[in-house]
Amino acid sequence: MKTLYESDFIVIRDEIRCIRCKVCVRQCANEVHQYDEEDDRVIAENSRCVGCHRCVTLCPTKAITIIRNPLDFRENYQWTARAIKDIYKQAETGGILLTGMGNDKEYPIYWDRLLINASQVTNPSIDPLREPMELKTFIGRKPEKLEFDNYGRLITEIPPQLELEVPIMFSAMSFGSISINACESLARASVEVGTFWNTGEGGLHKKLYPYKERAIVQCASGRFGVDVEYLNAGSAIEIKIGQGAKPGIGGHLPGEKVGEEVSQTRMIPIGTDAISPAPHHDIYSIEDLRQLIYALKEAVNYKKPVGVKIAAVHNVSAIASGIARAGADYIAIDGFRGGTGAAPTRIRDNVGIPVELALASVDTRLREEGLRNQISLIVGGSIRNSADVIKAIALGADAVYIATSALVALGCHLCQNCHTGKCNWGIATQDPNLVKRLNPDIGAKRASNLLKAWSHEIKEMLGGMGINALESLRGNRLMLRGVGLNEKELEILGIKHAGEGI
Amino acid sequence: MRDINIKYLEGEVRIPSACGLLGYINRKGELTSGYHIVDAMSVMRERGNGLGAGFACYGLYPDREDYYAFHLFFEDINAKEETSYLLYRYLDVVQEEKIPTRKVRTIKDPPIIWRYFVKPKEEYLEDEDITEEDFIVRLVMKINSEIKGAYVFSSGKNVGVFKGVGYPEDIGEFYRLEEYYGYTWIAHSRFPTNTPGWWGGAHPFSLLDWTVVHNGEISSYGTNVRYAEMFGYKCTLMTDTEVITYIIDLLLRRHRLPLDIAIKALAPPLYSVIDRLDEEERIKMKAIRAIYQSCLLNGPFAIIVGFKDGIFALNDRIKLRPLVAGEKGDFVYVASEESAIRALSPELDRVWMPRGGEAVVSTLEERGVLV
Repeated sequence: MKTLYESDFIVIRDEIRCIRCKVCVRQCANEVHQYDEEDDRVIAENSRCVGCHRCVTLCPTKAITIIRNPLDFRENYQWTARAIKDIYKQAETGGILLTGMGNDKEYPIYWDRLLINASQVTNPSIDPLREPMELKTFIGRKPEKLEFDNYGRLITEIPPQLELEVPIMFSAMSFGSISINACESLARASVEVGTFWNTGEGGLHKKLYPYKERAIVQCASGRFGVDVEYLNAGSAIEIKIGQGAKPGIGGHLPGEKVGEEVSQTRMIPIGTDAISPAPHHDIYSIEDLRQLIYALKEAVNYKKPVGVKIAAVHNVSAIASGIARAGADYIAIDGFRGGTGAAPTRIRDNVGIPVELALASVDTRLREEGLRNQISLIVGGSIRNSADVIKAIALGADAVYIATSALVALGCHLCQNCHTGKCNWGIATQDPNLVKRLNPDIGAKRASNLLKAWSHEIKEMLGGMGINALESLRGNRLMLRGVGLNEKELEILGIKHAGEGI
Repeated sequence: MRDINIKYLEGEVRIPSACGLLGYINRKGELTSGYHIVDAMSVMRERGNGLGAGFACYGLYPDREDYYAFHLFFEDINAKEETSYLLYRYLDVVQEEKIPTRKVRTIKDPPIIWRYFVKPKEEYLEDEDITEEDFIVRLVMKINSEIKGAYVFSSGKNVGVFKGVGYPEDIGEFYRLEEYYGYTWIAHSRFPTNTPGWWGGAHPFSLLDWTVVHNGEISSYGTNVRYAEMFGYKCTLMTDTEVITYIIDLLLRRHRLPLDIAIKALAPPLYSVIDRLDEEERIKMKAIRAIYQSCLLNGPFAIIVGFKDGIFALNDRIKLRPLVAGEKGDFVYVASEESAIRALSPELDRVWMPRGGEAVVSTLEERGVLV
């Protein structure tokens, strides 16, 4: 069948600069570049290009540039090029559209509608270069109050806590969806910075055991790689109920990606599809969740916090409240912008709600129920920079999860083709030739640099607000103002509009 | 109805202010007249702007020490009647009267100022299985948040708050404070950035036996308020002092934390200090910081807190507001400025600057100790 789908990108090669070194030919796993010996030219098959810029970055003479295909569809407001192209794709394949990374559509980004406060005159801003500035954060269940004996000794037993030096953790990404080198990069960065990484549902590769103290091990509906050794390896256990990129559905790692290493780590036969069911088949209700939470706590002798990750959906606040009552030690909420290695495009783009609104409503609900200070709240799925982190914490989060930002730090160019397994940057692939392109020494450095840079920025902004410990920003919505938001949005976010005083 | 004719009413907006503080206690419980503290406040006139001042006195109602002394402001007679109905319904009122005042040229447009000596009715305590204090707190919250134009500004036993819009000397004269005698006196002079519409916004802020005066603007206000609200406190005034009082009530009375622990919750040591403690202390401090993270008062503040048995004074962790302490015989003094202490007692046995986060605590019959 002749495809009606014109290529998304056009590769432009400066023939004068090109020295026919064929780096681009070797580097492109999508086989865009081909060397024609007869003509001594490198030619490009544009239709295969995903716009990942691997060739652009590695071309020694900077001969390559890639542009979007300027071809104008006879599009209109209703029928955009994307809408038309999607139909061509489905007409040609008869399949579900797949994509990688997070929802990229033009829904409001509430982070960009929030503005942060600063001190002027009536209280002094604090200079983080000269004054201590504390970001330490504890994730875990907190008793409502402490009790002391007559000698001032603490009687209350404190449940297990994760101690974070920065309020930012690496969100769940499984070995399988990303490469072992990508996992190792994030794991080592966590050790370096004093935060945590998350195994996702792919089990814990033997190579990553040295970093297990900084790992949160996930237990998802497929139970891949879950045994008692795995549960006891990490510092916390996370039950994955849902994911922001694909709420309501499970995961699918195609058999082609299940090689020897993935097979061992996930504890499944080589070459079989790793399919996580949409629900946990032992959790059809909140009381079932409670049983799993306590089964896991039993398995680790109540020595590690057990959290629950859910996608931000319409009734998220009631669900979160139920999770708190079911005994979870933290709740992770993943917004609809959250990334993924593979998701059906329609689900990624249309299911779930913005995490900013979910966070605000969950924090408010937990406070109304008097539960908020007993349970920790982590949000993820759209955090792009330190300002987003500040805003999340002011709305009520204890800490944030980042994944896409972390991968971008490792070199991801957001081509949204993770699901193909042909990641030229060695991140979302299991192809050994591609994987080795990501050097974990460099990856760990880049990822830890990112967290350090954000910490510095967070400290600067905190100091500007006259705050020297992060906990005084937590839930401090007076530090935020909305711009261009309607009454309802302001009400849900629990903030005032810019221009209104305190 | 009194036309307050003020645009920015305290409680509808948050009004930042800076202040002058002074407090002292006689550890033997000897009573002194209010004359002295009123006089001493005048040396810190620069720290206020005449838009709010107030005093708290402990030990002033010895004949009524078993009763809660409710001091109330009423904007108009309707508010008074509505409140009276509520008070008589839930409380045994043994005495009520207008708080005696004298005319002062600079004090304009005072509200109706009344006091009631009360006890909760037994039947309500039994019916609702609630402590006496919680019952009083709930009633105060109800009046302050629900009855328009009525405000309970003092509700403890054998403690009284006297406050209003004016300079401290004038407020002292207005309330005839030289006629009251107490073992602890606390005073406050205010420099608000806006014109406070009514007298409730002045300090001290008080609930039960707690009285708090505060100089500063805490940047953790939003966090502190939302925490206090979870425990049923209603922050109607939107002032730092109000929420600080509620948090102190929560920590010390409801959670029964030892005083030194509660103080650590308000101004905890830095983690760099905690890391150097021995293991038991380290675990304890980390627990305090983790569990009471929303109680940390951040940003500049100096507070003096009065309670039945004593006073404590505390600075923020990096000492962004002035606070000085002095000692002479059985008297322990704390103030924004040494000059105010010297005005009370020109000769001192000892005078010192407490460090940030380091409280000065002094209780009846005990030596002043540093926490």
